[in-house]
Amino acid sequence: MERRRIIFSGSGGQGVITAAIIFAEAAVLYEGLNAVQSQSYGPEARGGASRSDVIISDTDIRFPKVIQPNILVCLTQEAYDTFSGLLRPGGLLITDNHYVRQGGKVDAKQVGLDMYSSVMEAIGRPIVFNICMLGAFVELTQLVKKESIMKVLKTRIPSGTLELNRQALELGVRLAKEFKQ
Amino acid sequence: MAVKDYIRERFFPHLWCPGCGHGTIMGAMIRAIENLEIKKRNIVIVSGIGCSSRICGYLDFHTLHTIHGRALAFATGVKLSRPELTVLAPMGDGDAFSIGGNHLIHAARRNIDITAIIMNNSIYGMTGGQYSPSTGYGDFATTAPYGNIDRPFDVVELAMGAGATFVARTTTYHVTSMIKIIEKAIKHKGFSIVEVLSQCPTYYGRKNKFASAVEMLKYYKTHTTPIGSKDKKNNLELIERGIFVEEQLPEYCEEYDKVIQKASQRGRDGKA
Amino acid sequence: MKKNVLFLQGNEACVEAALYAGLDFFAGYPITPSTEVAELLSYRLPRKGGKFIQMEDELSSMCAIIGASLTGKKTMTATSGPGFSLMQEALGFGVMTETPCVVLNVQRGGPSTGLPTSGSQGDIMQARWGTHGEHAIIALTASNNQDVFAMTVEAFNLSETFRSPVVLLLDEVVGHTREKLILPEPGEINVVERLKTSVPEGTDYHPYLPREDGRLPMSDFGHVHRYNVTGLAHDMWGFPSTNPEVVYELMRHLVDKIQGHTHEISMTKEFHVDEAEILLVSYGASARTALHVVEDRRQRGEKLGLLELQTLWPFPDEIVKKRCAAVECVIVVEMNMGQILHEVKRVSDNPEKVFLANRIDGSFIAPADILNILRIIQGKGA
Repeated sequence: MERRRIIFSGSGGQGVITAAIIFAEAAVLYEGLNAVQSQSYGPEARGGASRSDVIISDTDIRFPKVIQPNILVCLTQEAYDTFSGLLRPGGLLITDNHYVRQGGKVDAKQVGLDMYSSVMEAIGRPIVFNICMLGAFVELTQLVKKESIMKVLKTRIPSGTLELNRQALELGVRLAKEFKQ
Repeated sequence: MAVKDYIRERFFPHLWCPGCGHGTIMGAMIRAIENLEIKKRNIVIVSGIGCSSRICGYLDFHTLHTIHGRALAFATGVKLSRPELTVLAPMGDGDAFSIGGNHLIHAARRNIDITAIIMNNSIYGMTGGQYSPSTGYGDFATTAPYGNIDRPFDVVELAMGAGATFVARTTTYHVTSMIKIIEKAIKHKGFSIVEVLSQCPTYYGRKNKFASAVEMLKYYKTHTTPIGSKDKKNNLELIERGIFVEEQLPEYCEEYDKVIQKASQRGRDGKA
Repeated sequence: MKKNVLFLQGNEACVEAALYAGLDFFAGYPITPSTEVAELLSYRLPRKGGKFIQMEDELSSMCAIIGASLTGKKTMTATSGPGFSLMQEALGFGVMTETPCVVLNVQRGGPSTGLPTSGSQGDIMQARWGTHGEHAIIALTASNNQDVFAMTVEAFNLSETFRSPVVLLLDEVVGHTREKLILPEPGEINVVERLKTSVPEGTDYHPYLPREDGRLPMSDFGHVHRYNVTGLAHDMWGFPSTNPEVVYELMRHLVDKIQGHTHEISMTKEFHVDEAEILLVSYGASARTALHVVEDRRQRGEKLGLLELQTLWPFPDEIVKKRCAAVECVIVVEMNMGQILHEVKRVSDNPEKVFLANRIDGSFIAPADILNILRIIQGKGA
């Protein structure tokens, strides 16, 4: 596979870092790939803009940071404004329609989805917004299988909320499929 | 056993000055240990830096002569890793109240089963007579040529405030009661602090118009009184001696054993 | 058999390795970016009957692990920048009393409070000379999870073999980056246990009289032999001494037991060095960027190689000297203002051909930081 550099961005509390870790862990533990995940620490981790970098590859990964992502996920307008200029030409930009108004100037495949509003409508729990995003992300990128994401979720979250997360993941997959059509 | 069975004769004579009170405290510690019949191999002595700390070399136990102020930090490592050992930490007043004050209050707060014996001569002896946190207001020292303007700690109140479960004060004049107090402090399950007023004729005495060590011992006799005595009511200047606090609270190493039990009852996934 | 694959942070890999190496006792104080080590050990150690204690500061943490080590336990503390400064006096006590223990410093930007959440390699010289007085020390580092594991086990092994504190110098980037760790099986990596005295009760045990091979078998506190441990210059009994002959022997022993075994302690990794014309010398997180550049440029036909240092102290003089002699020029890649650069210049026959590519602003060193220097050296202009 070709090496993929990804930035997940949003605001503290949206769970973008958790989502990045779940994705990278799924790639390593259940897909036999290499992945490196890092994140910005400090006051921003207590609210404000947050960002997590993931590099995924079938060969060894040396340099662990993302300078120019192939794939960018922005869950807030601030994250979009800050990071959309970094995207490699022709890359993939995933945003949430509730939070982000895309300017349209970025040379990328731009995917705006109604993830937040769908989660609130169908599930009513904003806590699984990030998992819905992961569902859309894996459907759009095909980097890992959604089953691998579920395997990680089983080890990471209380069993009582697993069904909620599964629903959110499937919701994200469906939104992405609808967009592709 | 005789007292000499507890010392390393090879390293005598000791370096304490003639008239110093520290040897009396060492003698009392030995007699307390003898009375309690604790095996030599089960005792660890941890000291800091200064005149007091040299006690380590002379005593035939496991001895750890550490760095200034940190005796209780090292002792905490020894005790927590091998709770079956009896750990004594003889320290000076500089060790205990100044550079190591933080470790003293935290060892007291944890209630770890260590016996701190504070050999308080109200001066830094090894470095040549500078004032310490227990030097009295107005006293003289080589760094207080115009009289000390620092107010001294009341060690007993400090220990009580930090939550020590055994707090006592005695002096090198009251040897018999010192032995009994040290015995009780060692037997006490939890952190114990024993303050022993100990004369330094070379520096504190000379700077503060005590003619001799004997004069200083007489001072301990005339200026101290048992806790709650009638004399204290008539003369508030008198320093009380005896056991101020002796209470049973959960001891740190035993509490940690409970942590180990809780932890080992969990499955590999961390769930109960 | 399926390998046990984990996905975790460098700090967590270090914990896995410490437990693999037989860690019994940890004392520490919270500080970014090393805190995950304490958090994870507070959970893991009691599960195997070990002890964890959060002390009142870093000074006492360092003291506590030395005290615990003397009772026969394998011990460790973990800290960062300011905490490592506070540990220096007790670290020297560990050196003087020859007490095995491992001190992890996950480096962050300094001096002072500096950049608590940014990577740095500014404590290399502090690890070497931070405590006062002439002495030798062992310091190791690692650039990825698999190496963090191996070097952590090695840190425990060397601390037991040479009866010395060993400093493990990671950095924020390695400590916090999550990646794969293939957990070695028990027995897959050698674990050195403490060498204990066979002297029976009633016979004199000399705690500080080195055997002919320089090694000093230990006796645990609580065991039959009672002896004195002191930070003062001391004789073979551990009793304070100011006798010049005794002090001379002690000083020589403390330094020679490590400096004299540099070849055994020196660990490096080499990537394409044999055919290299330009050699990068790097270590820790910086070595990841250096290797990225080497592999990238080799695809374009440029003859670059990387010498990655895993042992920083004692400095692997011979290996570095040999590798520097075989190339046209050397670029040292590190996140400080040239702490290892000076060592490489010291051992190189052509110090004027040794250059620095660095980063000191808290940003992780990027390929461009190395390429810019490379362009100048290759005469392509800045």
